[in-house]
Amino acid sequence: MTETSLYVLQQLINGLTIGSTYALIAIGYTMVYGIIGMINFAHGEVYMIGTYTAFITIIGLLTMGVGSLPIVMLLALMTAIIISSTYGYAIERVAYRPLRGGPRLIPLITAIGMSIFLQNYIRLAQGSRDLAMPALVSGGIQFGDPAVFEVSISWMQLIIWVVTLISMTALALFISRSRLGRACRACAQDLKMTNLLGIDTNRIIALTFVIGAALAAVAGVLLGLYYGTINPYIGFMAGLKAFTAAVLGGIGSIPGAMLGGLILGVTEALTAAFFPSEYKDVVAFSLLVLILLFRPTGLLGKPEVEKV
Amino acid sequence: MSENLLDVSGLMMRFGGLLAVDNVSLQVKPRQIHSVIGPNGAGKTTVFNCISGFYKPTGGEIRYRGQPIQGMTGHRISLLGLVRTFQHVRLFANMTVIENLLVAQHRHLNTNYFAGLVKTPSYRRRQREAMDRAAHWLQQVDLLEFANREAGNLSYGQQRRLEIARCMVTEPGLLMLDEPAAGLNPKETSELDQLILRLRDEQDISVLLIEHDMGLVMGISDHITVINQGAPLADGTPDQVRQNPDVIKAYLGES
Amino acid sequence: MQRALFPALFAAGVTFLLTCLVIGVRLEQEGPNLTVVGADAETWSWIGFAVIVVFLFQLFQQPLSRLKQRLPSPDVTGLLPDHKLRARLRPWLIALVVVGLFVWPFMVSRGAVDLATLTLIYVMLGLGLNIVVGFAGLLDLGYVAFYAVGAYTYALLSEYYGLSFWVCLPIAGLLAATFGCILGFPVLRLRGDYLAIVTLGFGEIIRILLNNWTNVTGGPNGIGGIEKPSLFGLEFSRRASEGGQTFHEFFGISYNSSHKVIFLYLVAVLLVLLTIYVINRIQRMPIGRAWEALREDEIACRSLGLNPTVIKLSAFTMGASFAGFAGCFFAARQGFISPESFTFIESAIILAIVVLGGMGSQLGVILAAIAMTILPELAREFQEYRMLMFGGVMVLMMLWRPQGLLPMKRPHLELKTS
Ligand SMILES: Nc1ncnc2c1ncn2[C@@H]1O[C@H](COP(=O)(O)OP(=O)(O)OP(=O)(O)O)[C@@H](O)[C@H]1O
Ligand SMILES: [Mg+2]
Repeated sequence: MTETSLYVLQQLINGLTIGSTYALIAIGYTMVYGIIGMINFAHGEVYMIGTYTAFITIIGLLTMGVGSLPIVMLLALMTAIIISSTYGYAIERVAYRPLRGGPRLIPLITAIGMSIFLQNYIRLAQGSRDLAMPALVSGGIQFGDPAVFEVSISWMQLIIWVVTLISMTALALFISRSRLGRACRACAQDLKMTNLLGIDTNRIIALTFVIGAALAAVAGVLLGLYYGTINPYIGFMAGLKAFTAAVLGGIGSIPGAMLGGLILGVTEALTAAFFPSEYKDVVAFSLLVLILLFRPTGLLGKPEVEKV
Repeated sequence: MSENLLDVSGLMMRFGGLLAVDNVSLQVKPRQIHSVIGPNGAGKTTVFNCISGFYKPTGGEIRYRGQPIQGMTGHRISLLGLVRTFQHVRLFANMTVIENLLVAQHRHLNTNYFAGLVKTPSYRRRQREAMDRAAHWLQQVDLLEFANREAGNLSYGQQRRLEIARCMVTEPGLLMLDEPAAGLNPKETSELDQLILRLRDEQDISVLLIEHDMGLVMGISDHITVINQGAPLADGTPDQVRQNPDVIKAYLGES
Repeated sequence: MQRALFPALFAAGVTFLLTCLVIGVRLEQEGPNLTVVGADAETWSWIGFAVIVVFLFQLFQQPLSRLKQRLPSPDVTGLLPDHKLRARLRPWLIALVVVGLFVWPFMVSRGAVDLATLTLIYVMLGLGLNIVVGFAGLLDLGYVAFYAVGAYTYALLSEYYGLSFWVCLPIAGLLAATFGCILGFPVLRLRGDYLAIVTLGFGEIIRILLNNWTNVTGGPNGIGGIEKPSLFGLEFSRRASEGGQTFHEFFGISYNSSHKVIFLYLVAVLLVLLTIYVINRIQRMPIGRAWEALREDEIACRSLGLNPTVIKLSAFTMGASFAGFAGCFFAARQGFISPESFTFIESAIILAIVVLGGMGSQLGVILAAIAMTILPELAREFQEYRMLMFGGVMVLMMLWRPQGLLPMKRPHLELKTS
């Protein structure tokens, strides 16, 4: 294979890695949107808090002398999920529930206020500088011709793919098989009707915030370990990217969010391969605008007819 | 060909698997009150939404004064002179009654920025005319004393009347009312009855009316179209419709 | 009380989870090593305090809300005299304020005048964004982009073509409006929340471009030495530039650097007064009413023949042009600009001003802009918590008084009846 094609292959691998974490975060946007028809602007901060709790847990465990990698990662995932879910729940309770049924602009503003608040809350509690952690997982597999270009897949990338796959499968099973999952789907179809049928829709809405937050926390742990550095501002960009992924796939559609995340990740990686890397954010936004203009329902979304 | 003001033929509207409007045709003649009736969910409001440009019909033709209008955007259709009310009141609730009427007259006002900033004579004149028209219609619907109230604070019956006044200040050719008597008490309903007749007789406009109140419909309509489950069931004068066995069956079978 | 116990325990637990790890433990970087440090006893006692407060609050929520209902809700507008008296007092009040604005800077310190100038910039930005968010109900999270366009327009035109502030001011406004129009045209058809995100993205794109287009904009280093405005060609520097003349030479007074500060302040006052006048007029013009109608009910607007896209676009463009003016003046005042000044935080601050002042209310926005810029200056510690508070204020205001502290009063229109 030529050097260029190997290089592109490497970028594809990197893109799929980032893309699968975008997909995890995007599910939070899509599920909330699917049910209450609103964007959770503070979702990116939940992801950021997930990375912080993961770092705290990992460093804490390492200091205490727990050295087993699977245990450390599992505990980090669990703590991050618990704490982030609590934040997801709190966001719904404070910024969305009291305002349900009012003008749409209002919860949008509270959510943005919430996002600013959480970002600065972490900044004040944990400091605003970058925190870097030595890599927990190193090494990987290499292939390709060392003389031309060596493609590598790191163990961390493999972990990301496996954990993402497990989380997605768990979510799919939950949605399709469990009673609560069925209630979620019913709410997405018709919130008022589901309420009339005696299902506590408030609980279901809170549940979607919590599930979204949990998946964002998983993404936070994975990306935190992958990049090895965090700061209180990472939630902003990650949130925007994941939102783009959700819209790309068709907001409201869970498979769409997965697909959108992967496509966005790959697109970005390929752009970064051939243009200065600062422009990859510009590409993501331009993609967002183009989809919204020419196909607002995304790849897998359903068309919406405005009821008059 | 067109002594008809509005000419709807073969109208179809499909939502996914649901055929909400199936081959509906109706002709509204000038200076007529034309009612559309049918059981709940028959598709009456959907017909309105297609005519007024809020839905894009999936089939059929709609002509207003001979000009095809299907697929046009709602505001362009409104500018042609087809103006409607909604089944659920849609006022600008936080604006005052006069402001509601002034917004409706946007088309008559001088919207040039410069003219507005320096208040040119033409701007002032058009503003004054708009205020006079607003005052005239507030008097017609008996809301003059509430002119500076916020629309959301009016009683339900007053809001309904304000909605009609808001349509009338646009000086429409065809007024479309979606269940204007819903939620009104008998006295208010009979006043509405008189108002609609006055619109036809004094303003020379046609009224397309959706209504469940049979007393009102039979009393004032010149022509009635009945639809049932999206499909046309009957069409004719009130007397013809009253005696139509299909209509009797549809209504009695319903209840 | 029994029934309230479980929710109260639950809320207390949630509060504990929200605070324990994030506040109770702190990550410290020492060289390449990251360590965790437990917080001191004081922090932990604060966490405990918060948990108990939430617990008690939830436990007694019902009696508390009953108590709250009995308290009269504050109505600021009720304190004002009725509309006839107000109409009579208004011109006098306005005259008094305007005179005060012009006399005041000659009696206070340079720092105070400088701060006032900054405040006036925020007043302008708040009023401009108020058109978009408050009147038209469009959530624009990238407002700072237009501010940046205005600032860079002046900085670049002045640096490369030597154009003066007064020439650049209208150009900056026009250019920002053009940007608003170009961006708005495609995105204004979108639903409200999409619009918010797209404008947010657009704001970031502009900043990224400014940061990377190094050979024109200077990239992260920004542009310095931007020329200050002149008074009919009279400069406020110590020495005149080639062929120029300075203010102090012309009037034969000794050079005083506070002349420049006061002059900038006066320019800002003029710009703000002009802004207020124009927006006040527009609000009573058909287009202004159409903006508000659109915010109230877009479907009803369409049924009455108003073209929503055109009306939204005009609000967006108009708002952008005020940001452009403000940006141009900002560049002139600072003498130096860089992409740092145009981050999302800036958009958020302006939005917080609009929200606090009451969406749609001009006086409210002005007072909020003053409060939001002066409070952080009064207490330095406050600066640290500024953004936290802005975020909190946005949430609390929306929950408590979405119409703002000073809600907009509807204009009273007299009908002449025959
Ligand atoms: N936007 C839409 N999407 C899907 N289905 C729709 C939509 N609008 C209307 N329908 C369906 O079309 C059918 C006709 O509804 P429509 O509102 O026109 O009835 P209607 O005759 O006005 O009834 P009512 O007397 O209760 O007002 C209903 O089954 C309704 O659910
Ligand atoms: Mg109906």
